[in-house]
Amino acid sequence: MTTFHTYDAVIVGAGGAGLRAAIEASDRVRTGVISKLYPTRSHTGAAQGGMCAALSNVEEDYPEWHAFDTVKGGDYLVDQPAALLMCEEAIDAIYELEHWGMPFNRTTDGRIDQRRFGGHTRNHGEAPVKRACYVADRTGHMILQTLYQQCIKRNVRFFNEFYALDLLLTDGRVAGIVAYELATGELHVFRAKSVLFATGGYGRVFRITSNAHALTGDGPAVVWRRGVPLQDMEFFQFHPTGIYKMGILISEAVRGEGGILLNSEGERFMERYAPTVKDLAPRDLVSRAIYQEIKEGRGVGSRRDAAYLDVRHLPHEVIEEKLPDVTEFARVYLGVEPTREPVPIQPTAHYAMGGIPTNTDAQVVLGPEETPVAGLYAAGECACVSVHGANRLGTNSLLDIVVFGRRGGQHMARFAGEADLPEPPSRQEASTVETLRGLLRGPNIEFVADIRAELQRHMFDLCGVVRSEKGLRELQGILAGLRERYGLVGIQDQGRVFNTELMEAVELGFLLDVSDAIVASALARDESRGGHYREDHQLRDDDHWLRHSLAYREADGSIHLEHKDVKLGPYVPMERKY
Amino acid sequence: MPDDTSPWAAPEPEDTELWEGGPLWEEGPPREPGASPRIGPPAEGQVRLTVRIRRYNPELREESWWEEHAVNMEPTDRLLDALHQVKWYHDGTLALRRSCAHGVCGSDAMMIDGRNRLACKVLIKDVAPKCTVEPIRGLPVLKDLIVDMEPFFEGYHAMLPYLINDEGDPRRERLQSPEERHRYDDTTKCILCAACTTSCPIFWGDEEYVGPAAIVNAHRFIYDSRDRGADERLRILSERTGVFRCRTTFNCTEACPRGIEVTKAIQEVKRSILFDRF
Repeated sequence: MTTFHTYDAVIVGAGGAGLRAAIEASDRVRTGVISKLYPTRSHTGAAQGGMCAALSNVEEDYPEWHAFDTVKGGDYLVDQPAALLMCEEAIDAIYELEHWGMPFNRTTDGRIDQRRFGGHTRNHGEAPVKRACYVADRTGHMILQTLYQQCIKRNVRFFNEFYALDLLLTDGRVAGIVAYELATGELHVFRAKSVLFATGGYGRVFRITSNAHALTGDGPAVVWRRGVPLQDMEFFQFHPTGIYKMGILISEAVRGEGGILLNSEGERFMERYAPTVKDLAPRDLVSRAIYQEIKEGRGVGSRRDAAYLDVRHLPHEVIEEKLPDVTEFARVYLGVEPTREPVPIQPTAHYAMGGIPTNTDAQVVLGPEETPVAGLYAAGECACVSVHGANRLGTNSLLDIVVFGRRGGQHMARFAGEADLPEPPSRQEASTVETLRGLLRGPNIEFVADIRAELQRHMFDLCGVVRSEKGLRELQGILAGLRERYGLVGIQDQGRVFNTELMEAVELGFLLDVSDAIVASALARDESRGGHYREDHQLRDDDHWLRHSLAYREADGSIHLEHKDVKLGPYVPMERKY
Repeated sequence: MPDDTSPWAAPEPEDTELWEGGPLWEEGPPREPGASPRIGPPAEGQVRLTVRIRRYNPELREESWWEEHAVNMEPTDRLLDALHQVKWYHDGTLALRRSCAHGVCGSDAMMIDGRNRLACKVLIKDVAPKCTVEPIRGLPVLKDLIVDMEPFFEGYHAMLPYLINDEGDPRRERLQSPEERHRYDDTTKCILCAACTTSCPIFWGDEEYVGPAAIVNAHRFIYDSRDRGADERLRILSERTGVFRCRTTFNCTEACPRGIEVTKAIQEVKRSILFDRF
């Protein structure tokens, strides 16, 4: 039996962006938050190193320097007005978190301490600057906890372990969502005046990833199926230091505190690739440098496909006080004692720069002319503002979620306060029932796990750190084959209670959709920029490609691509050197 | 919980069947899961693990039962990977929670060989060739390894788990010395996985006791120099359901996957109630 609910604002996802939006909206209008996890399980909690803001607590700094680094780090695909706004608002965002109880590490005079991070520099690239505010190496954990605590204080209404499976639109306006309750197997229709998606990333399309099992691109896939384009999907960040073979994140803060990368010859190879900032170059550069070292035979590890991260020279108290968690990861998962041995690492799929296109109020916008969809919002990793362009700088994801979560929450509440409640479309949950029934009654010839594993392997190999036309074309064929096999899966669990097998099958459908968008966009972009590196087109091509990609799914399943101009500003695109 | 005094208080959800295509689910009980598949010998470098799982499925049987599954794994794989192997290839009905798979989200606390641990922080080589997995104790089991977390979170919510202090200019940071900051560092690490609370024999026997995790989270604010709600939290914890139920068995400290000295934190709260405030 379907249950119906009515809210002014519905937020999908309870990580940093969703919770920050909920704090804002719940003060103003009737707000419900649905999340497929308990909020404190969200992947914001896995962020480690810090959140940047030009506080100048430790060294001279300005928001404008931060914005420049963000634009250059994003290889000039960043919309510059959005980046300037984010870096301006960063300072208040930090103070707000502090007032909500965020337990920042402190300087000896009691102010919020700051440390170095990749790509963050003083005065437009002169040298690394101390800009990242942090809580040891669990900054994301503390942001997630702090925001959840504020939601408890405000009695925010949560629907935990509910999966959003469809977006309801009436005459181009948001009318609500359809959700599946994991505990009971029942559907819920949430009628709403405004809906904000904050479902996080989709790193689970790749084999080696730092991302949680839950990060399957649900939000982007759901809106894509309803005609909303996905922007800049070819730009996916591979973080250079994932734990070898597992992909678990080892924070860039390790290098911020003085850790260095070594190849099999014991050489600090980043000195060759980025003479000024060395190991603190942006992630796309460092990941490609590791790839190059491996390719030239200087890899380490059992298959010589890794590099070393070395902290043996760091003072013991820095490792224990500022990097306790990542040190523990190395001990638990690799059996390596970082104070005595270097840690084998490899690039790991980490962050989606692309996603649901929005403006700086987190309104979802269509086409090159950026027409807002009334009542529809997105924020955080599932969205593309675009403040990260072709490559996100470390710490800017935590900043993004609080800045644009807040702006989205405010705008959706204002909109819902003035709008009436749209009539939902007829037979609103029909397509969700059809999808779920199709899976439940499927022929059970294929295993979901097999298809998912093959998808992740091929995406990692052919659409990873390095791409080519040949590989991407091959990958398109593979994806088509996997989609066909997806039609042959079945669900062994025919029960209603906590049917996680059914939800994993649904999530595989989302992963396949998102992969289609990534590969089509990557194939079209015949240049190299930021996280998108084409070995058959190794240079950046501003004449043709200083523009965003928009991928649409057509009714017949094919993909249609459009482009929109990058919003430029004070920073003229130049060659990116560090 | 919705605030019923708010002008926007949510109305009771109405039950209506707008969609006319019939229910999603078929009538009658679900199919019994199939038998576990045979597996070949472990490949080179792999080890065989037989995992014994306490199963429960309210749609199939009233009682729980034991089931064994043999899987071939890399020695450095996680126990969570082995449970996935069972779920993905042996029996899709196996239900468990998990997300981050590296010990920071707190989803997959379970009793592993009699001890509460996160399945993603236990390596195969440390439990092979045989390992027993059960749901954490003291919370109602809903299906297999999934328990009802609501009573646990209610205990947490009862601690007023948010900073209480409206002082200071909101456009500036408040100062806190590194020493003041260090005072409550340990208890900020809590991921609310419930491993500590459900390892506590007092919690098993007394559903009113708030349990170690709630006290850890109260501790995090009580000793934060910026907070002004310590008296109220200490008052709550001095009640019958509070901190003096603790009998210092240290199970909680042993169970914590984050290495928090839980028992020490509880003792500090006891001392504050006895000597500092009242």
